[in-house]
Amino acid sequence: MAIFLSKESKVLVQGMTGAEGMKHTRRMLAAGTQIVGGVNPRKAGRTVDLDDRTVPVFGSVRDGMDATGADVSVVFVPPPFARAAVVEAADAGIGLAVVITEGIPVHDAVAFHAHARARGTRILGPNCPGVISPGQSNAGIIPADIATKPGRIGLVSKSGTLTYQLMHELRETGFSTAVGIGGDPVIGTTHIDCLTAFENDPDTELIVLIGEIGGDAEERAAAHIARHITKPVVGYIAGFTAPEGKTMGHAGAIVSGSSGTAAAKKEALEAAGVAVGATPTETARLAEARLHG
Amino acid sequence: MDLYEHQARQLFADHGIAVPDAEVVDHPSAAHAAAERLGGRVVVKAQVKVGGRGKAGGVKAAADPGAAVITARQILGMDIKGHRVRSVMLAQPVAIEEEFYVGYVLDRTAGTFLAIASAEGGMDIEEVAATRPDAVARIPVDPAEGVTAAEAARIAEAASLPPETAPVLQALWQVLTEEDALLVEVNPLVRTTDGRILALDGKVTLDDNAAFRQSRWGADTTDPHGDPLEAAAAAKGLNYVKLDGEVGIIGNGAGLVMSTLDVVAGCGARPANFLDIGGGASARVMADGLTVILSDPSVRSVFVNVFGGITACDAVADGIVQALDSVHLTKPLVVRLDGNNAARGRAILDDRAHPMVQQVTTMDGAADRAARLALGGH
Repeated sequence: MAIFLSKESKVLVQGMTGAEGMKHTRRMLAAGTQIVGGVNPRKAGRTVDLDDRTVPVFGSVRDGMDATGADVSVVFVPPPFARAAVVEAADAGIGLAVVITEGIPVHDAVAFHAHARARGTRILGPNCPGVISPGQSNAGIIPADIATKPGRIGLVSKSGTLTYQLMHELRETGFSTAVGIGGDPVIGTTHIDCLTAFENDPDTELIVLIGEIGGDAEERAAAHIARHITKPVVGYIAGFTAPEGKTMGHAGAIVSGSSGTAAAKKEALEAAGVAVGATPTETARLAEARLHG
Repeated sequence: MDLYEHQARQLFADHGIAVPDAEVVDHPSAAHAAAERLGGRVVVKAQVKVGGRGKAGGVKAAADPGAAVITARQILGMDIKGHRVRSVMLAQPVAIEEEFYVGYVLDRTAGTFLAIASAEGGMDIEEVAATRPDAVARIPVDPAEGVTAAEAARIAEAASLPPETAPVLQALWQVLTEEDALLVEVNPLVRTTDGRILALDGKVTLDDNAAFRQSRWGADTTDPHGDPLEAAAAAKGLNYVKLDGEVGIIGNGAGLVMSTLDVVAGCGARPANFLDIGGGASARVMADGLTVILSDPSVRSVFVNVFGGITACDAVADGIVQALDSVHLTKPLVVRLDGNNAARGRAILDDRAHPMVQQVTTMDGAADRAARLALGGH
């Protein structure tokens, strides 16, 4: 099972022929992902040799889907063209668009989310590391060799490097799926979407939720956990020492006024029965204890 | 990027929103002529990117050009909540009949923009919203439709604003979308005693991600009056934020660096900065980062916390070794490398055997070591 992505998923890569797209397509192939094609209107009909694999390039997402039955697209297209790329994928009816691109203007994200929502396309990101179901498939840039073992933990995180850190700490226990939802102010798939999917996934026994300062997504996730999630949840929040009004790397990670503080998020999660770790390592130990205890 | 009031005023005017006549001066001597051109009587307003300047004495009326010079001299150089006043705006005074609030803000949860409007302008809108929620209309805007004339009229009506404010709501939406703003607000929007609708004060936050298509923003994207260490880091393209502590922090990835600050704080020391060197972590970036951090006199130890995800730790270790050749290390450096190729990375640093560099293999252990070193222990 796993969520959003399985070994059956057929993955197109928009922007595959660029340097980043090429590098990460190789890595995705090595992780077992069924890459069925790249999309580039200027290189339609050609093929790209990646190590021992030959990958066709299609002129549009629609063409790629018609030819291969693709149901997932990973987007590496640079910011000025990302909006059109995501709109194209949604218009073609793709089920999941994983938007890796960093630096997309917020107005573009607002526009393509509204567009995708109306067409039933799930967007992950933008500015996210993607989604991996170890042993099955990897869509995005999460290094698959951090945690190769399938397991019973579902992980959802705003932050890429904290995802990697926690996957590393819990690599022996293993993951059903790890999802990096991205740290931008407007994102397509939320903590709550992932919690719901993990709750319904028979392979997932415990959920690790990683959040950070800014917005109220973690507070809303806490309310959702209290009402709808029966599986144990372990949490971690970054940004207790971040000063008000300063952006710490992620565009979404900014505290304004009293809302969005790490303390408020931790309190909300704990009130919902979530065990919140003081450090990433302690969080991993809490997850292991809950799973084995 | 937040704009100064006078920059926001200019954007409003560019999009057809009426604003009072005004001029900006950065020296009291220029205030006399400016006030004369504006008709003599002016309001002198501190230009700072922080709220509450009125209460802090940053907004004052001047009856004539001579008084404008004296008032400008009082306000220029003032410190308002840590922001030094480098310029003042002199504006024509306005006889106010009614005050309103109009704006558009990003609703992150819904992933769309909200129109916010209230007939109770001139005050802190968050306070009005908290105490009298019915007095503030919040209406989501469909990004595909935008704010048409009909939609603007609907927003005005929902907030009990007079119909003649609708064109302002429409023009303000143009400011938001065409200028790639994340926030625009006019507070107060006023009706004058002679029936005009004027934007008296406003706030605009632009989306830094859109700089590539907003050429006229120019080089103004960094605040030249900020912290000198932040300015030096920005000049090197580093993602650095100055903080008040004594443990310098370098890490990869915003989430991990924020977490590193917290873990150091949990060990009883205070982080001196946030510095995210990102995925690449080249020798150049590592050397630049170390240079900035070592030039901070309050730093007493440095903690390099890298988890090799996409980046391999041996490449990071090479970067640290090369940085040590070009930077004179005056403070102890605690390095934690974990993840991809961690063993090779650690071996590279062991071989270099720099007397000021210590390796600790866990994040929590390394944070504790760096904190102890900064606090004078061992």
